[in-house]
Amino acid sequence: MNETALLQRAQRFLSAIRHAQVLGLILERIDSTGLVLRLPYAESLIGNPATRVLHGGTITTLMDTACGISTLCVLPTFEICPTLDLRIDYMRPAEPDRDVFGFAESYRVTPHVIFTRGVAYQDDPARPVAQVMGTFMRLGKGARGEDHLQRGIDAGEVSP
Amino acid sequence: MTPTLLDTLIREAHRSGDYQPLLEAIPYARLLGIRCQGGDTLTFHLPPNPDTIGNPLLPALHGGVIAGFMEHAALLHLLIAMKIPHLPKIIDFSTDYLRAGLYRDTFAQCQVWRQGRRVANVAVTAWQTAQTEPIATARVHFKVDEP
Repeated sequence: MNETALLQRAQRFLSAIRHAQVLGLILERIDSTGLVLRLPYAESLIGNPATRVLHGGTITTLMDTACGISTLCVLPTFEICPTLDLRIDYMRPAEPDRDVFGFAESYRVTPHVIFTRGVAYQDDPARPVAQVMGTFMRLGKGARGEDHLQRGIDAGEVSP
Repeated sequence: MTPTLLDTLIREAHRSGDYQPLLEAIPYARLLGIRCQGGDTLTFHLPPNPDTIGNPLLPALHGGVIAGFMEHAALLHLLIAMKIPHLPKIIDFSTDYLRAGLYRDTFAQCQVWRQGRRVANVAVTAWQTAQTEPIATARVHFKVDEP
């Protein structure tokens, strides 16, 4: 798949996820090796009102979404891949008033499972806010709602 | 909010046993709409809210929302059960998704398996229609020794 098609497919997928829109997630870049999402800092996402640090749940959602979208990078057509499990290790608190970026990649694809990993960071991916590993299920053909969503996301025929 | 004000809010919640004002003071908990029900066993409640949907077709809750809800339930449960005077810091979080989290009421209960001087281990179970059929389980480590 060429990179423009991948970008469009990922944009359509992201725009179909209501909660990703609520958090304001933005697709920064995507290619066959992975993608970067941006989580804009917002007062409504604070977990500790004294330190103004973002809630861990927002980092988890950023990274679950990034890892989920990374499956598009390795699949020829869109498949609904629910999360099987997700582990997140918090390296340091994200600094308040600054956006968080989430890089994710799918590093192993099998007929039924896709293994992904990622890193959340602010300036430098080498100084991560969090490290993540997630495993996603491939449901195969005939998953509920998949045809509709696949047409919408692959071809842009249907607004998802 | 100043750290002193937050500490006062936590102290007041421990004294009165009403943790709703503390929940209301945490913007992300307010965004998701997390509630806390007392009684013999603390139960956390996430009412259906269209803003938490991930899969628009089922529709189903975003996996990150389920995780965020469980993480927050674990944090509050630990704070309440151990009467911790400040918000514990999260070290790591691991969740297993067992069933689709559909667009309906979601509940969570927690168990503190171990609290050492520095670190606590908390298990979380989330369910919708029946507690015996969880939609997800998780475990969380928190650092509890510093303010």
